[in-house]
Amino acid sequence: MIDIQNLTYTYPNRAEPALNQLTFKIEKGEWVAVIGHNGSGKSTLAKLLTGLLTTETGQIKINDLIINEENIFEIRNLVGMVFQNPDNQFVGATVEDDVAFGLENRQIERPEMKTRVKEALGRVGMLEFAKREPAHLSGGQKQRVALASALVIEPQVLILDEATAMLDPKGRREMIDLVRALKIELGAELTVISITHDIDEAAHADRVIVINDGQLIEKGQPAQVFNNAAKLIELGLNVPFAEQLKAKLAQRGVKVPQTYETTDGMVNWLWQSISKQ
Amino acid sequence: MFSKILIGRYLPGNSLIHRLDPRVKLVLSIAFIFMIFLATNWPGYLLATAMTLLVVNLTRLGLGVFIRGVRPLIFLMLFTTLLQVLFVTTGHVWWAWGWLKITTDGLVNGGAIFIRFMLIIMFSTVLTLTTPPLDIADALETLLRPLQKVKVPVAELALMVSIALRFVPTLLDEAEMIINAQRARGVLFNEGNLIKRAKAFIPVLIPLFINAIKRAIELGDAMEVRGYRGDVERSKYRLQTWQRIDTWAVLVFIIFAILLFNFYFVF
Repeated sequence: MIDIQNLTYTYPNRAEPALNQLTFKIEKGEWVAVIGHNGSGKSTLAKLLTGLLTTETGQIKINDLIINEENIFEIRNLVGMVFQNPDNQFVGATVEDDVAFGLENRQIERPEMKTRVKEALGRVGMLEFAKREPAHLSGGQKQRVALASALVIEPQVLILDEATAMLDPKGRREMIDLVRALKIELGAELTVISITHDIDEAAHADRVIVINDGQLIEKGQPAQVFNNAAKLIELGLNVPFAEQLKAKLAQRGVKVPQTYETTDGMVNWLWQSISKQ
Repeated sequence: MFSKILIGRYLPGNSLIHRLDPRVKLVLSIAFIFMIFLATNWPGYLLATAMTLLVVNLTRLGLGVFIRGVRPLIFLMLFTTLLQVLFVTTGHVWWAWGWLKITTDGLVNGGAIFIRFMLIIMFSTVLTLTTPPLDIADALETLLRPLQKVKVPVAELALMVSIALRFVPTLLDEAEMIINAQRARGVLFNEGNLIKRAKAFIPVLIPLFINAIKRAIELGDAMEVRGYRGDVERSKYRLQTWQRIDTWAVLVFIIFAILLFNFYFVF
């Protein structure tokens, strides 16, 4: 559904390209996590996918529509995005105004706007905050509003550009749970691309793509990617808690499973190995 | 530090004044500022004060909120009053020292200026306290719409105003944070002469400007992703409806204006 071919992008006045010959595909309805250290080109990728940046070298196709300057507004009907900073993407003076902003831009009639705003706010559990102002909301609540604002235009692709980076652990967990619930509800209707530092967020994805210095290093299921913990650490990335535990146990000479385990899997394995003794 | 400033803040409520059409509130507030100059004698001032107190009372926010709103400007008000008292030299002289004289006219003028200031500030805070910023921006847009004929970009201006208003609390919070951060690094804000004090604000202003520009870039991106294009007419989520109370408000104000005119000519 999203087809990225030889995507290269160099910022003006920079010698090194931010993205270098990136090629991969994302299927319809998939949840893909893009991970990489700071400055690896993740956010550049997000900007290219929404047409905020355009490039001559390589191409991105969404639903057979090549992203370029002519069809940029068609692309934006397909793609919704949640940015990192909860404050800087809040356009409206109140929650409902902010959610309605995208609909106003598309000249949707007022009665329809009303129902869609309500529906979108209901989805993210912010309906009772509809009349509130951003100054009276927590960071997590603002990000949920941003999510509603992105969903209200009924996009087929939802991009989360480090959407949980500025939240506290609770807000982060709530946000991930929310996206997960949405993904279950909408199923194949929604493709999620989450660009993140947060390894738990990545562990929930169907597929993980690792980018380093603008190049694709690895792609595969979380189990497959995180199994290669040593390499990830070498790239300056975190690994899931279970993998960290495995590494620490291995250091102490405990024989640990070679396959990737989730936290629950690790708990089971510990139970088993203890009860065997 | 800035939380005391009420200018541009909106306090939610459901009073009569809260429910008034923002267009009415905006026009009447501006009209009031002009009308106040018609009050030149005690019945006029009494009427204007009564009108202001009535409106303030109708907001159901309590007089205290408004007095706190006036407080940051009290120095300016007292300063102008003092100038009037000391430099109006007509009328009966009560007290003189060298070329300084306090006269009856001076006191009357000073008092008048003080009351005018007070009433204008209170009346205009009614508008901002009871109307969400976006409503004010919408009202401005509707009222300025005729200017579209002479190629004034009214919709863009209205959006600019609404975003500016929306960022007032955000930027105030940020300014406070930067001030505290610089204080922690040893910048003294309340010491030294005027030049030293002004210089102390440089490490506040520069990060504030840079952050504002960063914010603007990110906000622009977020707006674009959500399909904003400047050249296309947008539909409106907010609807301004004229209700019966709006008609009443206008009528009451007209009666007030006629009375004030009367006092102006009669006394």
